Amino acid sequence: MLSQQLVNGLVLGSTYALFALGFTLIFGVLRVINLTYGFYFSIGAFVALTAARSFGANIWVALPLGAIAAGLVAVVADWILLTRLRRAKAGELSSLMVTLGAVLALYSLMAVFIGTDIQRFPFGFVDNSAIEFSGIRISLVQMLIIGTTLVLVALLFVLLQRTKLGLMIRALAENEDAARLMGINVGLTVAAVSFLSGMLGGAAGVLIGLNFNAIQPFMGEHMMLRGFAVIIIGGLGDIRGALIAGVLLGVLEVLTAGYISSNAKEAVAFTILVLTLWFRPVGLFGRAQAKRA
Amino acid sequence: MTTLLTASKLTKQFTGLLAVNEVDVAVEAGSVHGIIGPNGAGKTTLFNLISGLLPPTSGSLTLDGRDITAAAPYERTRLGVARTFQNIRMFSDMTVIENVMTGMHTRLEYSGVAALFRLPAFRRGERAAKERATELLEFVNLAGKARSRSGDLSYGDQRRLEIARALAGDPRLLLLDEPAAGMNPTETRDLATLLRQVGQRDITLLLVEHNMGFVMDLCDRITVLNFGRKIAEGTPRQVRDDPSVIEAYLGTKVAERLAKAHGA
Amino acid sequence: MAEWLDDFLFTYENLVHALGVHGLLALSMYCVMAVGQLSLGQAAFMGIGAYTGALLTLNLGLPFWLVLPLSALAPALVALVIGGPTLRLSGVYLAISTIALGEVLRVLYINAEWLTGGALGLSGIPRKADLWLIYLLLLIGVVAFWAVGRSKIGRAMEAMREDEAVAGVMGVNLPRYKLGALIVSSMIAGLAGCLSSHSNSFIGPNEYGFEMAVTILSFALLGGIGTPVAPVIGAIILTALPEVLRPLQDFRLVFNGLIIVIAVLFLPRGVIPFRLRRAP
Repeated sequence: MLSQQLVNGLVLGSTYALFALGFTLIFGVLRVINLTYGFYFSIGAFVALTAARSFGANIWVALPLGAIAAGLVAVVADWILLTRLRRAKAGELSSLMVTLGAVLALYSLMAVFIGTDIQRFPFGFVDNSAIEFSGIRISLVQMLIIGTTLVLVALLFVLLQRTKLGLMIRALAENEDAARLMGINVGLTVAAVSFLSGMLGGAAGVLIGLNFNAIQPFMGEHMMLRGFAVIIIGGLGDIRGALIAGVLLGVLEVLTAGYISSNAKEAVAFTILVLTLWFRPVGLFGRAQAKRA
Repeated sequence: MTTLLTASKLTKQFTGLLAVNEVDVAVEAGSVHGIIGPNGAGKTTLFNLISGLLPPTSGSLTLDGRDITAAAPYERTRLGVARTFQNIRMFSDMTVIENVMTGMHTRLEYSGVAALFRLPAFRRGERAAKERATELLEFVNLAGKARSRSGDLSYGDQRRLEIARALAGDPRLLLLDEPAAGMNPTETRDLATLLRQVGQRDITLLLVEHNMGFVMDLCDRITVLNFGRKIAEGTPRQVRDDPSVIEAYLGTKVAERLAKAHGA
Repeated sequence: MAEWLDDFLFTYENLVHALGVHGLLALSMYCVMAVGQLSLGQAAFMGIGAYTGALLTLNLGLPFWLVLPLSALAPALVALVIGGPTLRLSGVYLAISTIALGEVLRVLYINAEWLTGGALGLSGIPRKADLWLIYLLLLIGVVAFWAVGRSKIGRAMEAMREDEAVAGVMGVNLPRYKLGALIVSSMIAGLAGCLSSHSNSFIGPNEYGFEMAVTILSFALLGGIGTPVAPVIGAIILTALPEVLRPLQDFRLVFNGLIIVIAVLFLPRGVIPFRLRRAP
């Protein structure tokens, strides 16, 4: 019983970690709480859904399509909304507000055109079977989620640590002006970070849409509660912290649902969020700069 | 003479950089104390530690014998510490007189309820504040511009307004971060006169400045920082003749050549 | 009362109520933004006030003069729990935790069916919030902010908005001002919630979520925060416009979102850019 729940928690936690990864990456590098992030999640799921419906794409086609589409949306959104504020060195609240307004407009526009009814992937889009060993059941979808999360995280780490682009991104995260002086093309690097995080958000949308098999324009918004909790518990901008916090949150939620009540599960994320703010605002590893007033 | 401000072993470490390294400073009450040093010596960081904008990594600060190491900026203001900034930080949308009255925040005692219902305490407080602000503007020669938008003032006017705003809190210790920066010789001379008059009001001055003539002329005592450490301290004359100071400013080679020239 | 006014009120009763309630919400947003902070929990605070008020009236049958202040008190307690830690940190922490608050409350209202009626919400709330009461409270609010704005408190608030660190050096007790502003603003939003639940007779869990939070922000950004009246005018414009321009209704939320984008990028002082004088 407990081990089954731990496995379920691990799966749920991987989806949270995957979702929060791109969100915290944006903050870590660009110092912006970009609330359009939730929309990348929704659009990724919808592009995959449309691909599956219109030309019968399987998951290996639909997943990258959803991710790339979300990545492109992210680049355009960042360019339209934030270029001007970045140039003016506007405060962090201005960029937060502008993305907040934009994301409501985007969700609502999507809702006007495709409605707010819940939509589902076509039957047989993925194999629904499950494997069992020593009494623990894992579905193929769950394995897909954990596997994809691991692969994407590994790719992201390689990209950040081992490539020239990664070096540029890390330089930008350190200090924008210095990066510019070192001859780094800041505009291009910003676009790359947006694309990467958009892809992560989009991929998360496809996989989580698949897991719950419920797709709806505002799904990204509903996911944000977990996103906020994870990036604050992990420490704003801390990628490793977000991964661990995501898994932790998933496990805690499943255990709460199992041992207390399924209603209490919904309050777990917010409760830990507030507890973190009270007792450890710098996050799990203490690397977020929780500037004191 | 009594000591007003004491910093002992004050240290501030940023990631990989000791901006202020075990600095001891004692500022005598009623004196004009200068802090000099090459760029990046840690002068502004020291000011931020004293005014409470940054918490120190270690060390302690006392004001008039009272430990203020952990006090928030507003508490220090209440205790009599005021400051100006290297890059003028005005509330630029406010008028000139509003800026000065904002500086009186801690000296206005009326409550929120008094303000809400326009009680006599509020009226008295505001009337006195306005009079005092007008006086201060006269003192810094800005009386004619009381109702101008602060952001529209000329550079020199903004510098003087910032001093008036700092004085509005009736400080005992006034920190001035490069007050003469960007000023022409005439303006600098006027500023020195103004600061002398401030000194006569029983206000202790602690100032960071690059203009050596200005510092040597004005200060009773000077502390020299280099790479976050205190390398010399004394009267202007002692500091000027200190070889380590010359070395810090001009580099080792020039210092050696100067020493030879003096010897010859 | 003149006959035409009667007719007008009869036809547009809901709109006139909504204008007053939204005016109060805009004022509550103003209160936080005036100290340079961003709370996205105004809708959530409104919801707490609405549910508290409705439950006290329906289940306990308390008189309205008692229900109203209690509905302001409940969100203030929540504001204290969230504001306590976040207001010592940089501004994004308050913004994030207040959006999260709205989201968690929406789910809790749906799940706590035994208390809140779940997804169906609460209905049959008696109409006790008279029009004059709503507008009287709005008027008191505006006048109070105006009066306090023209004192050392108003100067301190504007100083915080322009340069927080320097405001601290001027002697402004930053944590106290920020927490005070958040608590007062949550109380105004709670009042607005209670008034709206006692004028609509029905409340549901989805009315106080993300969309409402963003809409309240759009009031303040459209009007600007130079004076306390400006956000109220923003609220009136954005509430009345969809009534006048019927085709806009489907795109109402798209429009409100875009207002924020445009205001932040091109109109940082809003459409009413005047500034309250704070000295004689």
